[in-house]
Formats: sequence, C-alpha cells, structure tokens
Amino acid sequence: MTWPAVILALLTALAPAPAMAALDASEMLADPALEARARALAKGLRCVVCQNQSIDDSGADLARDLRGSLRARLLAGDSDEEALAYLTHRYGDYVLLEPPLKPATWALWFAPAGFAVLALVLAVRTFRRRE
Amino acid sequence: MRRLLFLLPLAVFAALATWLYLGLGGDPARIPSPLVGRPAPAFAADGLATADLEGPALVNIFASWCVPCRAEHPLLAHLAEEQGVAIYGIAYKDKPEAANAFLAELGNPYRRVGFDEDGRAGVEWGVTGVPETFVLDAEGVVAFKHTGPLTPDAVRRDLMPALRR
Repeated sequence: MTWPAVILALLTALAPAPAMAALDASEMLADPALEARARALAKGLRCVVCQNQSIDDSGADLARDLRGSLRARLLAGDSDEEALAYLTHRYGDYVLLEPPLKPATWALWFAPAGFAVLALVLAVRTFRRRE
Repeated sequence: MRRLLFLLPLAVFAALATWLYLGLGGDPARIPSPLVGRPAPAFAADGLATADLEGPALVNIFASWCVPCRAEHPLLAHLAEEQGVAIYGIAYKDKPEAANAFLAELGNPYRRVGFDEDGRAGVEWGVTGVPETFVLDAEGVVAFKHTGPLTPDAVRRDLMPALRR
C-alpha cells in the first residue's frame, strides 16, 4: 500500500460511524410538519430505561413505545406543551432531558452563577485589602 | 474565634463533599413515580380497565418473559391467599396465550388480569420495566410504587402500610 492509501484508510477507520437511526420508517407520520415536531420533541425526551439517551436516539422498546405515544398525542391535536405534559404526568420530569425551571430546581440552575458571583466578590475584597 | 475563621471554607467544603458523597449511594434506577398521590391513571388493557379497579389493592405489572416476575410470584400468591390482598395483574407486552400459560403453571393470584400486548396501558402507568407494583388505597389513589421484584422486606416495610392507609 502506498502512504496516501494508508493514511486514507486510517482516516476512514477513525471517522465516526454514521449514526444508526433508531426511528423506523413505519413509525413516521404522514404529515411532514407533524413529523418534524415529533422529531424535535423526541430529541428532548429521555429514554427512561437507558438513562441518558433521548427517545429519538434509542433503539429500546420503551423508547419506541414513547415515540408512538408522542406521535399519537400530536395526531390527536395536542400542542407541543400538551404532548410533553402527557409524558411528564406519567414518567415525571425525569423524562425531560433538560430539567424544567421551578422552585425545586432553582439550586440546580442558579447555584453555579451564585458561586461565581460569590467567588468574584470574595476575590475583589481580598485583593483590595492587599493593595 | 476570628482566628478560626480561616477554617470556614474547609468546613463548608467538608459539608458539601459529605452531602454529595451520600448522594452517590442512591440507586439511579429508582425513579420517583409522578402517579403517587393521584388517582389510578385511565387505561384500558384487554380484560382490565380503570373502572375495574377497587382499592385497597395492588396493581402488578408482569410478563411471562420476565424472569424476576417468576421470582416474585410466590409472594403475590401468598399475599392473595393468606392475607386476602386484592391484586390486579397487567400482562405487559405479552401474548395472552403466553401469559395464560404462565398463570396456569405458577397459579393465578390475580383478581383480574388485563392483557396489554402493545404496551399502551404500560405507558399510561409510566412503566419502565417489569415487574412493577402499584399500591392503590381505599379511594383508588396511587399510594406507592415498587420497581422491580417484590421482596418480603419491601412488602412489610412499604406495601402493607400503604395498603392500610
């Protein structure tokens, strides 16, 4: 093998494999606009049996069921919010990959910024005193 | 007192580290069910629907293909026969013939069985796997959810108190 060929072979081996689509063509909705909404929502929903994969990515049976339920809700005329509420009522906020902003999660959302401000204030005070 | 103030950051760090370390001991598979405290969800399996449920009772999600379900089965039989607990079964993602064969082999502890072949009823219950057991109180409100096979310990500690509530 010539050098360029070896390099090319190595690069091909290292390139990320094309993502396996978990979604089956038979699951898709006929209406492309509705299907696009379903895909967008599915990307933000956790496959609850595989911890940190979205139901859009996951090949798990339960993820497939949840994709089906989500599409059934959208077909029934639910708004995005209503479809998400349907799932959080059954699986909890845990099903959302991004935790919602509410009193129970304030510490989660604001603590990093809070600590940064605190550190800044302390640093400013410390350095001022030294001058 | 002021002289010891330099220890404060260390104390805060120690407290935070302890709290976070204890958090690591939790079981990540335990997901709190949002159904607890709410009436039994609207569902319709073949042979069992929401209106059929009469609390206090257990709702047990099982399947013939599920090995831990086999393990917890004697306990369900004991609860139904010796303790007179009403148990409803939902055969999740299972062929009715297979579920019936399972019950014929091991005995049927259920007052009624619903067949949920496509898993739709399972989604209504927020099922993530089998077995799962829900406790309904006298008003038909979900009082407790147990994920995984039942153990005598879990029955004594969690299920019986929730049933009596």
